[in-house]
Amino acid sequence: MTDIREVSVDELRHLVSERVLTGETMLLNMGPQHPSTHGVLRLLMELDGEIIVNCIPDIGFLHTGVEKNMEAKTYQKAEVMTDRLDYLNPIGNNLAYCLAVEKLLDLDVPPRAQTVRVLLAELQRISSHLIWLGTSALDLAAMSVFLYGMREREVILDIFEMCSGQRMMTTYVRPGGLWRDVPVEFEGAVRNFLALMPRRLDEYEALLTKNELFLERTQGIGVISAQDCLRWGLTGPVLRGSGVPFDVRKARPYSGYEQFEFDVPTQTAGDIYARYLVRVQEMRESLKIIEQAINRLPYGPVRSNNRKFVPPPRSELGVSMEALIHHFKLWTEGFSAPKGAVYAATESPRGELGVYLESDGGPKPYRVHFNTPTFANLQALPLMTRGRFVADAVGVIGSIDIVLGDADR
Amino acid sequence: MGIEQKLGNMGIVTARLEDVVNWSRTNSMWPMLFGLACCAIEMMSAQAANYDMSRFGMELMRASPRQSDLMIVAGRVSRKMAPVVRQLYDQMPDPKWVIAMGDCASCGGVFNNYAIVQGVDEVVPVDVYVAGCPPRPEGLIHGIVTLHEKVRKEKLTQRS
Ligand code: SF4
Repeated sequence: MTDIREVSVDELRHLVSERVLTGETMLLNMGPQHPSTHGVLRLLMELDGEIIVNCIPDIGFLHTGVEKNMEAKTYQKAEVMTDRLDYLNPIGNNLAYCLAVEKLLDLDVPPRAQTVRVLLAELQRISSHLIWLGTSALDLAAMSVFLYGMREREVILDIFEMCSGQRMMTTYVRPGGLWRDVPVEFEGAVRNFLALMPRRLDEYEALLTKNELFLERTQGIGVISAQDCLRWGLTGPVLRGSGVPFDVRKARPYSGYEQFEFDVPTQTAGDIYARYLVRVQEMRESLKIIEQAINRLPYGPVRSNNRKFVPPPRSELGVSMEALIHHFKLWTEGFSAPKGAVYAATESPRGELGVYLESDGGPKPYRVHFNTPTFANLQALPLMTRGRFVADAVGVIGSIDIVLGDADR
Repeated sequence: MGIEQKLGNMGIVTARLEDVVNWSRTNSMWPMLFGLACCAIEMMSAQAANYDMSRFGMELMRASPRQSDLMIVAGRVSRKMAPVVRQLYDQMPDPKWVIAMGDCASCGGVFNNYAIVQGVDEVVPVDVYVAGCPPRPEGLIHGIVTLHEKVRKEKLTQRS
């Protein structure tokens, strides 16, 4: 364990203005343990009274070494690490990683698996947005939305659990398809959720959208222009809240998103309120996608038949020697991927989540890198908070929807 | 027993001081509002309506370590975070307890690497370990009830 080191203002000279050194402005530390930094973000704020002169994010308190750890595991086993990156979006992370592996191997995915993937990814998007809605409203002192949001999230988690046996870290999406087929109760549960959710969304909106206190705390605060968004490489609802209709699901469709009809909601104001509206609208769009997916869920296998990369079904092991050999080989030494490098991008609830995978021809990835949306979006925090009140910083952090696991990896 | 029978029904209950103190400690234990990673999300679920930790007198999460009795280490502790966790622990007033929630906090979990402290018990003393990655909210509640049992058996003389 490293010792706690006192940092003198002199060491921070390159980060803060000269006025700190003369004592005209004050340095304030916020986090890493702070209820509204949504995890372990640390902010160093230079304050002129209540006004933020500069706000410097300090990340890395949740650095987990996921990328390095994945290099020591075979392609299948490395997947469990991806769940734990952006822990509000485990299925989306699995999907991004599997898309990259499939691209590397040139592996086919059966249509049923693709549709289930889309369906689950959208459910995950809603559950992530619900957490965002609850926690960021909580930061602005709206307590009940949190309790309502968590209630609906449980319905989604029940669906995940019935598919995979786990509530959060499912590892359900696998290279070449899914771990197993969805159970029979799945369709009923999804339809039940579809019937329930629009009403509940109206309920949240009734609590917030026209709430005078909420408007006061969100409108015109944390503004970022479309140009700045592009310059800093921001993606996701932050970008769309500033008026740029960029969504990876539309721009570079994956996993069959091109077959679904949905809109990309945008707002032009670029403030906290705009981002709120975008996310709430996104939940409604996700519901549309889920409805289309469950209506046209095709029948068929959920795993590729390519036995070199995808283990055979359990039922074959007792009757086929070849299946047994494949199974044994795949789970002891894994498969060797061809040499090369690929990049696969998906739209996570927070923005573009990309996976860069490099293979040296062996059974383990040579290098894995995640291009994560939180990391990019967090850079805009100083820009959005400069010249605002300290209390506004809390709202801005909430509106970016940071997940430190995603930024620090 | 004897004195109660003699006094009749005067609305008096006799008990040992130790029991009363421990009883009050278990029924208003304030956890610290402090989440690290994925497990913190399940800790939030445990507090929300479906699981409702306030049934055990623990609805009040305090954001300041100086007002809390219980530290739930919910998530993986990185090497950069470890000194902070220790500092938070030191800031809590006695008596204080620690629950290591999840595999990461208990033993490093799936992350056996350079970045993660292999179990938060390297940094702070842990009373109850909760297994799972992440533990279900019921798992956390079970951990808390287990801690309550432990606290009820504590001797006043053992704590300075
Ligand atoms: S135990 Fe699992 S869920 Fe909890 S912090 Fe560790 S990786 Fe995340």
